Amino acid sequence: MSVPVEDPKARNKGFIEEVLKVYPEKTAKKRAKHLGTFEDGKADCGVKSNIKSIPGVMTIRGCAYAGSKGVVWGPIKDMIHISHGPVGCGQYSWASRRNYYIGTTGVDTFGTMQFTSDFQEKDIVFGGDKKLEKIIDEIQELFPLNKGISVQSECPIGLIGDDIEAVSKKKSKEYEGKTIVPVRCEGFRGVSQSLGHHIANDAIRDWVFDKSDGTRHPFEPSPYDVAIIGDYNIGGDAWSSRILLEEMGLRVIAQWSGDGTIAELENTPKAKLNVLHCYRSMNYISRHMEEKYGIPWVEYNFFGPSKIEASLREIASHFDDAIKENAEKVIAKYRPMMDAVIAKYRPRLEGKKVMLFVGGLRPRHVIGAYEDLGMEIVGTGYEFGHNDDYQRTTHYVKDGTLIYDDVTGYEFERFVDMVKPDLVGSGIKEKYVFQKMGVPFRQMHSWDYSGPYHGYDGFAIFARDMDMAINSPVWNLTKAPWAA
Amino acid sequence: MPQNAEKVIDHELLFREPEYTSMFAKKKSEFEFKPSDAKIAEINEWTKTAEYREKNFKREALTVNPAKACQPLGAVFAANGFKGTLPFVHGSQGCVAYYRSHFSRHFKEPTSCVSSSMTEDAAVFGGLNNMIDGLANTYNLYKPEMIAVSTTCMAEVIGDDLDAFIKTSKQKGSIPEDFDVPFAHTPAFVGSHITGYDNALKGIVQHFWTKEGERKPVPGKINFIGGFDGFVVGNMPVIRRMFDQMGVDYTVLCDPSDAWNTPTDGEFRMYDGGTTKEETMQALHASATIVFQEYSAEKTAKYIGEQGQEVVALNHPVGVTGTDRFLMEVSRLTGKPIPEALTKERGRLVDAIADSQAHLHGKKFALYGDPDLMLGLTGFLLELGAEPVTVLSTNGNDGWAAKVQALFDASPFGKGCKVYPKKDLWHLRSLLFTDPVDFLIGNTYGKYLERDCGVPLIRLGFPVFDRHHHHRFPIWGYEGSLRVLVTLLDEIFEAIDASTIVTAKTDISYDIIR
Repeated sequence: MSVPVEDPKARNKGFIEEVLKVYPEKTAKKRAKHLGTFEDGKADCGVKSNIKSIPGVMTIRGCAYAGSKGVVWGPIKDMIHISHGPVGCGQYSWASRRNYYIGTTGVDTFGTMQFTSDFQEKDIVFGGDKKLEKIIDEIQELFPLNKGISVQSECPIGLIGDDIEAVSKKKSKEYEGKTIVPVRCEGFRGVSQSLGHHIANDAIRDWVFDKSDGTRHPFEPSPYDVAIIGDYNIGGDAWSSRILLEEMGLRVIAQWSGDGTIAELENTPKAKLNVLHCYRSMNYISRHMEEKYGIPWVEYNFFGPSKIEASLREIASHFDDAIKENAEKVIAKYRPMMDAVIAKYRPRLEGKKVMLFVGGLRPRHVIGAYEDLGMEIVGTGYEFGHNDDYQRTTHYVKDGTLIYDDVTGYEFERFVDMVKPDLVGSGIKEKYVFQKMGVPFRQMHSWDYSGPYHGYDGFAIFARDMDMAINSPVWNLTKAPWAA
Repeated sequence: MPQNAEKVIDHELLFREPEYTSMFAKKKSEFEFKPSDAKIAEINEWTKTAEYREKNFKREALTVNPAKACQPLGAVFAANGFKGTLPFVHGSQGCVAYYRSHFSRHFKEPTSCVSSSMTEDAAVFGGLNNMIDGLANTYNLYKPEMIAVSTTCMAEVIGDDLDAFIKTSKQKGSIPEDFDVPFAHTPAFVGSHITGYDNALKGIVQHFWTKEGERKPVPGKINFIGGFDGFVVGNMPVIRRMFDQMGVDYTVLCDPSDAWNTPTDGEFRMYDGGTTKEETMQALHASATIVFQEYSAEKTAKYIGEQGQEVVALNHPVGVTGTDRFLMEVSRLTGKPIPEALTKERGRLVDAIADSQAHLHGKKFALYGDPDLMLGLTGFLLELGAEPVTVLSTNGNDGWAAKVQALFDASPFGKGCKVYPKKDLWHLRSLLFTDPVDFLIGNTYGKYLERDCGVPLIRLGFPVFDRHHHHRFPIWGYEGSLRVLVTLLDEIFEAIDASTIVTAKTDISYDIIR
């Protein structure tokens, strides 16, 4: 590469030209729009997003079903979520996101179970509505403590013309107004998981809120009621967040949707404030509750002490002085522990360069946590972000950061090869590619089976994990001593 | 404060700290509106009863916790067994993300695979353009020697014609006319992952054998087809070693054991090892093909038989008699005697069984998984004097069940054992309560049964996500059988230790010699 390395923008331009070379012309032209460099002062990151993935390039993206069943609905623990269609979708997404919950699985909670209609050829030919009716009956008989059922559509449902809405209505009536939610999240809809989130949000609006008069699960409201929106409790994230909100005197009346229940969903319209972590997957329902019930919402970021402090103050600013004072107390209480974590790990991580490629909020939200440890984000991108995500990203990234939207397997491998970061944070499909290359890696969807990473308790784990990954002695062993 | 910079606490212990447990209790009592603890306990107990089991077995429509996946997963497995081959799945892209994740979680390895990323417009107009563009991109970007195409259920429901689409793609110049693109329709709503393996393998074999033309039989040359196998990385070297020891002229058709076993040395190998095109074509001339897992290659076996080869279909033979039978078939087909080294290895396995038989005798097992694996393990357990009381398969049919029953009937240890075709792990949960066993054999998902029913799980199946590197070790041949034996024994001894570990109470039997 003849481009001088001291100019990151020129360098990135060279890298991008390099990866585009190998594509057929038409594809190169399309991909060029998704690759760029953030420039200070710009309103977004200068890349196109939320556009169809190109066939055959090895996109990292998933589908609408993954966004609905896998992300939004799946964690609602006291409902049964039917993967409606062939067996695979439910099988591959079975308990794989570690949405932690408390309950007696199979009796009053069902989070780590795989319910499927296991479509056979005859169901495709003759339709699956009758089968769905029977499935709901069988669920009612064998799992009598379930508090609701959702029907998560797989690809064939929308193609064979099944009327899952009619079945849901009929069965709901038969079972005394039971919550039965048809979700049209067929995998071919939209361009990624993202539309699945939106469809799932809309289904909550139409089939939970609009069917509930809010009296089924009565409680006494308080002026300090908030709901956590867009935290899936991966490795317990929502819990290490909730504990802080409660410590500052707020009352968390609902978790959406990690460790969540149907009662919590139904009661959320009584909240005074919705606090939104994953904007991408749950901004829709937050906006709806603002319009319909007048509940304001505020985005927050509980990754790393800097962002946690700012977020606690921002959330407190919506309440009275007592809460504001409490927020300061919470910040003061945890500061010594945070200082100790940073004192321990920062010297080991200072100046290390990181490349990210994740989903939801993480390509921007985790940046502060890395920076608290003295690390630098040199590249980031969204699996299924929209332009409003890239706008929000401008508040996090530094001038000259390499940006790659819906990165392909080839591009990511080449970028990492050329940028040579000290750590890559992405998903299970990417993990072993980069480890083979000798590059330290952490899964940043599943926290690599660790976590929580949210909140103060989570940051200690995050810092320890990043140190573990980067400073593992294994990376000194990748070259045989006798190799040239 | 629960967390601590000096000694960072993980989720395992963090959420047991009092700050969290009191928070959970408050959340539950104020906001969850759960049924009463008494009600939950009552229903929990009810699910353990014979009455519940009866209702559970009356299910006709609902599947709960199945032990099977869908066809394209198996197709990706099969494609991965050929040199320089990139699996290309025509249909929705989310499926491919799932297959790649699933394999990577099991093998702890990258799994390369592309999708034609069909969306709503393709649902209406068909996915031809996705195929044309997709093949061109794959070819240019990843430089494969071959692209093996299969389908998701979306492409199948709308009726996309792979043969025509691939031909059109070539006409449009997206890939060279002579580039190899074998294909198979792999609808997810028919069969399971083993069906997909079969269809994809047949597609590849048929593609190259049609190209090769006329068959010129080579006496003594044989082919070996392993079938869908989570232990392929460990198993294939054992099979090759035994063939080499016998001096057999052989071809393994579909060998992903290198692709899912690459080193960490600074280089990412997208492709590694696998059956070459030339080997695949030459395989037409073999005198016979051994199919190690019959249910994983039914159509492939039929096709091969139709080309004039003798096909020997086995059911995942393991253990002493299983491996004996395999080797004797190899010997019969090739005319090569079984060498002394293998006879000695056999003797060592028998030696190990004799040393440990007292601990295995009469132990009751429940096992579930793919149909061939179940037949193989059932045979081995019976040979060990253990009782495979419950044998269950979600993707095993009635014909399979009859074969398992025949194994039961041929052994005194099979008396009272039962086989359950087309059943899932929720059925098995009922069975474990009403017909208790000492040990459970299955895949990772069996751990929920271990928790609910208190029966120790032995991980022999696919996928295994929660234990590392088991797949690197064989379960085939005398060598693999020894490993299976040790796996069973380890769990048996662990169970005795666990039940005798309380000081001054049960530890009288906490022995150091066994």
